[in-house]
Amino acid sequence: MSETLHAISVEVNGKPRSAQVPARLSLVDWLREELHLTGTHIGCEHGICGACSVMLDGEPVRSCLMYAVQANGHRVTTVEGLAKPDGSLSVLQDSFCEAHGLQCGYCTPGMLIASQGLLNSNPNPSEAQIRDAIGGNLCRCTGYQQIVEAVQLAAERTAKEAK
Amino acid sequence: MHPTTPPPAAAPLLEEEGKTLRAMTSFRYIGAKRRAKEHPRFVSGRGRFVADVALPGMKHVALIASPHAAARIVSIDAKAAIAAPGVLYVLTGEEFCAHTDSLAVGVDAPKVTRFALASGVVRYAGEWVAAVVADSRALAEDAAELVEVEYETLPHVIESEEALKPGAPLVHPAHGSNVLYHRKFVWGPVDEAFANAGHKIAFRAVWGRSATVPIETFGVAAQWDAGTGILDIWASIQMPKFPDQTARALRLPGNAVRVHYDVDVGGSYGVKRGLKHAVLVGYLAKKLGVPVRLIEDRLENLRGGDMQGPDRFFDMQVAFDADGAIRAMKIRAVDDVGAYAGRSPFQLGKPVTAICGPYAIDAIEYEPTSVMTNKTPQEAVRGFGQSPTNFAIERAIDRVARHLGMDSIELRKKNFIRKDQFPYTIPSGSTYDSGDYHAVLDKTLAAIDYASLVHARDEARRSGRLAGIGVSACLEPSGGNSAFEVLMNPKNENTTWMDSCLVRVDLSGSITGVINNSSAGQGHESLVSTVLGEILERDPATIRVVRADSLTALPSNSPVGSRMAIMLGGAAAGAAKQIKETLMAIAAHNFECSPEDLEYRDGGVSLKGASEKKLAWDQLVEIAHRKFHKLPPGLEPGLQAKFVWEVPTGGALPTPEGRIQIYPCYAFEAHVVLVEIDPDTGKPAIRKYVCGHDCGVMINPDIVHGMTYGGIAHGIGAALYEKFSYTEDGQLASGTFMDYLIPSAMEVPGLKIVDHCTPSPLTTFGQKGSGEAGYLGAPAAIANAINDALEPLGAAIDTLPMSHLAIWKAIGGASKKAA
Repeated sequence: MSETLHAISVEVNGKPRSAQVPARLSLVDWLREELHLTGTHIGCEHGICGACSVMLDGEPVRSCLMYAVQANGHRVTTVEGLAKPDGSLSVLQDSFCEAHGLQCGYCTPGMLIASQGLLNSNPNPSEAQIRDAIGGNLCRCTGYQQIVEAVQLAAERTAKEAK
Repeated sequence: MHPTTPPPAAAPLLEEEGKTLRAMTSFRYIGAKRRAKEHPRFVSGRGRFVADVALPGMKHVALIASPHAAARIVSIDAKAAIAAPGVLYVLTGEEFCAHTDSLAVGVDAPKVTRFALASGVVRYAGEWVAAVVADSRALAEDAAELVEVEYETLPHVIESEEALKPGAPLVHPAHGSNVLYHRKFVWGPVDEAFANAGHKIAFRAVWGRSATVPIETFGVAAQWDAGTGILDIWASIQMPKFPDQTARALRLPGNAVRVHYDVDVGGSYGVKRGLKHAVLVGYLAKKLGVPVRLIEDRLENLRGGDMQGPDRFFDMQVAFDADGAIRAMKIRAVDDVGAYAGRSPFQLGKPVTAICGPYAIDAIEYEPTSVMTNKTPQEAVRGFGQSPTNFAIERAIDRVARHLGMDSIELRKKNFIRKDQFPYTIPSGSTYDSGDYHAVLDKTLAAIDYASLVHARDEARRSGRLAGIGVSACLEPSGGNSAFEVLMNPKNENTTWMDSCLVRVDLSGSITGVINNSSAGQGHESLVSTVLGEILERDPATIRVVRADSLTALPSNSPVGSRMAIMLGGAAAGAAKQIKETLMAIAAHNFECSPEDLEYRDGGVSLKGASEKKLAWDQLVEIAHRKFHKLPPGLEPGLQAKFVWEVPTGGALPTPEGRIQIYPCYAFEAHVVLVEIDPDTGKPAIRKYVCGHDCGVMINPDIVHGMTYGGIAHGIGAALYEKFSYTEDGQLASGTFMDYLIPSAMEVPGLKIVDHCTPSPLTTFGQKGSGEAGYLGAPAAIANAINDALEPLGAAIDTLPMSHLAIWKAIGGASKKAA
């Protein structure tokens, strides 16, 4: 019994990608196993921990709760797509390093996606807004303190650069 | 290295070095803000976790788990599964147990055998009974559903007190009892103190079954090379003696198992032991001749991953005088380890090393009992049993204060060991190295502005809300010795728990440190590069740190027991010091003088008083690597050094009374917290949180603070939210993150840490360990705050987690009582 395959075309990190996938293949499994974009992590596979967060058309979503076929015709950004065009770290990524906003690094890609999603729509968020934005992403290392500080730092730096 | 002049013995060298360095007013790199070496790869999505290890032709495992808490396996029919698409093999417990040996049992209970797959009987719901190997995880899961297992249920027991009763169902009938370990220690004149003290209290404190539950589940990949006879293993682990124990269970010589430590571990905090997973996957890879990978899904992890934490109640008795002086304490601790032993009973042993907390209490009775039930096995959790013990002790302190109508802060200060009493030997035989508990608590109270905190609490109460202030003070035994093994198992004479570092300087002059373990976010690459940079006076940013595999590694143990700043830091410093001595010897030989006439600066060596007469780093390195004619006689060419360090104060067996030095260093923390409770729903909210922390000299303050914040968040979870709940028929009722509640950024408030530094006299730079900080005192502080909030109602709770429901019931119950 072989599974029926479906054609999909998805823009992943700015590049068009096409594939034939079974209907039950999750978006995160497609990204990790087929495209080898292993920066996106799997934590719970039931939509609670947020480790698998990616951007779909600029909005953070859980890639464990989406099928790859549902991404057909959409734009997906993973943590590998957050860097500057020259490959250097983005302001947010660099701020996570500066503020020690991570330890084991497992939830980090999801945290970066959630915080970048916030900063895209709200360049100057309050602490409460940051906590709300990362409230759907679980971290067991940091107690969130230095993640919040990293996002605040990124917002400050971006504002300075814009001046 | 100097074969002709062996380096002096470890301890004197490091102590001497430590004194010299501490005498300096400041370090060059230690203690400075410094980015972690590990971070760039993680923020760019380039970490390499075990689920990222893809081997050519790799197959995947799905597991069949027992639906019963206790049952006999009547039959397993795997015919349909074998015939399913993409399936390579179905392994049952019968085959597996016939070809492998039991995992190690820590205490003396040889009949409590344990295998990755059950054979004959299952002892908890979720226990693995068979494994399917297929082309993909999805196909393996499809086939797993086709495996038919027939069970005949057996009587089971879920509660530890029930398991202790005569006639209770036996989890391991061959062991003859559900008790794995029991002993009553009496240190000092306990009965006399209880007879003579003016006041006594007794109560029970209950620590709920929770764990650190990393976001990455456990995983392992293995590949057998029939040509070399080596089994390669990549695993998400934090487990001492992992390669050795894996090889033993697989009946392979130690040098046939190669564990790769360059796998990034997605969080652990104690639990990532994974021996059973590795033996299972190793067996499959060898038998099938293909690479095999098992990555737990979340249910497999929570239910069958064997990583649930202590599940413990404490019957506490305290004897004290009217002035608040505590005379003696009796602690009966009963811990439910679930269906198998492993190292979990030892989590009752570590607290012996800080059994009176930060208090000068002369007489202690400690009666630990380790009990088996038909629940998922317990594994090591951050603090290794210390946090539950601290919770019980700190609840006792608050209850004594309440009994006497005394301020709990004053009571703590009255009983604290004073700064001038260190080194201080507690009744159980451990000597605390250093500390200033009064100063740290005072700093904490100042940082939170205690007067205004009291004002805020009282204001909240006046406006009809429930509010409480919680304080806790406790120790973090650090330096991870494993002496609880010898204390709790007379057949075990393990008195060393060494760690090591190899340092190499290549021909280009670049420095590489080689470490012997995997890391789960503790920043060991940052630690080692900073220490090497400090000693050799080279920029840590230019120093690389790599990981050996288990066949190339030096003797070492895992990053457990808050040990790496002390042990790996000490080992790296020891090796760097030898490199420095070699460079001095080379210069002395070439300048035809004594090393005492020389000084070392920035990696170069010059003649004292004649700094123009100098050999720079690059010149010295080139001599070592290429100019044998310029090397002193007897010196090995090349430039490298290794250092293996025994835990300071280690090496001794316990006395007959069970007195022992388990850990060398004792960090201290004080927590002060303000909690408000919604009286209608029982929902608590943490309004203010400050933690005062003294772990001696911090090598990287950001890393220490980060782990402490994370520890506090863990403590908030254990205190208020997290519990592995079981139904009466033994089913895990919290098998998802919708039931096992991990605090998010909405539940964890903004946290503040205030630092204090009392250097340890035992370590290279005065550092103590800190990987378990925060978690050790947070549950106690929060529990005390909740109880302070409930006090006006006459209510109290001594059971964790203090869920909304439990608090709401306490409020309701109290209201009814009042009516």
